[in-house]
Amino acid sequence: MGIKDRIAATGAAFGALKAMGRDPSSLKFETISSPTEARLEGRPITLFGTNNYLGLTFDPGCVQAAADATFAQGAGTTGSRIANGSYGGHNALETEIARFYGKRGAMVFSTGYVANIGMISVLGGQGDHLLIDADSHASIYDGCKMSDAEIIRFRHNSPESLAKRLERLKGTPGDKTVIVEGIYSMLGDSAPIDEFAAVTREAGDDVFLMVDEAHSLGVYGATGRGKAQADGVEADCDFIVGTFSKSVGTTGGYCVSDLEGFDALRMLSRPYMFTASMTPSAIATARAAFEIMAAGRGHKERLWKNANHLYSGAQSLGFQTGPEVSPVVAVILPEPQVAVALWNRLIDEGIYTNIAIPPATPNALSLLRVSVSAAHEPDQIDHALDVLASVGAELGIIDGATPIKKKVGAASLRVISGGASAKAAGSEQPVRRAKGRAAPTA
Amino acid sequence: MSAPDVQGRVLELLAARAKTTGTLGPDTKIMAETNLDSVSVMDFVLELEDEFDVTVPLNRMAEIETVADLAGAIETLMNDN
Repeated sequence: MGIKDRIAATGAAFGALKAMGRDPSSLKFETISSPTEARLEGRPITLFGTNNYLGLTFDPGCVQAAADATFAQGAGTTGSRIANGSYGGHNALETEIARFYGKRGAMVFSTGYVANIGMISVLGGQGDHLLIDADSHASIYDGCKMSDAEIIRFRHNSPESLAKRLERLKGTPGDKTVIVEGIYSMLGDSAPIDEFAAVTREAGDDVFLMVDEAHSLGVYGATGRGKAQADGVEADCDFIVGTFSKSVGTTGGYCVSDLEGFDALRMLSRPYMFTASMTPSAIATARAAFEIMAAGRGHKERLWKNANHLYSGAQSLGFQTGPEVSPVVAVILPEPQVAVALWNRLIDEGIYTNIAIPPATPNALSLLRVSVSAAHEPDQIDHALDVLASVGAELGIIDGATPIKKKVGAASLRVISGGASAKAAGSEQPVRRAKGRAAPTA
Repeated sequence: MSAPDVQGRVLELLAARAKTTGTLGPDTKIMAETNLDSVSVMDFVLELEDEFDVTVPLNRMAEIETVADLAGAIETLMNDN
């Protein structure tokens, strides 16, 4: 199909949805004034559609570090580290991330997407196998495409499905690398990294495990290192990758590893080598954010409190949600048209969320992706739930609304912890894999 | 399982997923004639892998266009085991 045909096909596929109101792919904010507030269409809007889990984009320390670095070292690096050299900050950031993880080596990339394609394209050489979760992020699929390996997909979050495929590969020459994510970005569900680690470990020395903590860095684990830390299996993770564009609040990506000679991968990874390196501003922001995460200043605990508030509130209203409490609360809707209608009406009422429809979603689900930040105030979440209640009832997605404050009293809110530090602060045990309730219309 | 059996079962499982009122046969083009998107086709392959206890690497899918191609690839993989 030629480019003109593809443009026409895209127009046909999404034209009807765009005709229902705004274009979800090209919303234009006039200003962003805090991690949770912006202006859109001349009116204030509250943000429930970011990945700003810790709310660090406006942290005074991060912003000051970015400004200082820009004044001292300039706005950009204008080239790659291999061809044009590293700035001191690149190396310092790598040293600090390696220390944060307790791993021997760290490598930073220009974005999280580049970290995944940069690592996966190297890990999958000729004669190797890459085994990926069916619901993997596009960057994982794209990294696979760039590799020379055979690509095998296993059922989402199923260690059994992975074990079967590894068993069939037994005796096949070449490395096998298993790739999973800490939290999946569409439904907000987390992976049983401990079980994946056990399957991988038992499969042999030529089987490696890579965990993408893009959505779980700063969210899970006693010191915020991610789901592998929460599950106590970091030693089994040969490669941990992540991004700076979510909890860290800037752009960039990383990989940490104990692999002997890890540094040499810089010369093998084309996505590392052939793109401009992180800007001084992004480096300085990331360094400041990692310092905040390492110091444990309560962001993670506030995030989980907010996640629980929003998740249990949405469930109480009768919405069908994702399978477990998470900073990403997926509202599952019967069809794309309903998702688009709900998304548009919420914006009318000053609440911004994300829309996710097939083929970008697992199992062809139509979702409203509502995400929380440590920076949200409880009042903002109550207000969002009030609006969800009235708009959800108006569109016939849920039964007639009861005022949210009557349905979700403080006593019904459980605090779920992301790790030991939250438990130490007096939270209850983590609530895992609570089953979502079916909405009447689903 | 003999060749016609594999193809027959592939057709049965495809019929349960395909979004078409047309008749499915060995020459049916899996992507073009079933209205399944690329993710749904990959999910269909996962189901076949469990059904026939084989692994079909995603790279092989580029060469597979019809139901007969897919059944043939599965038979080859079953014989390789």
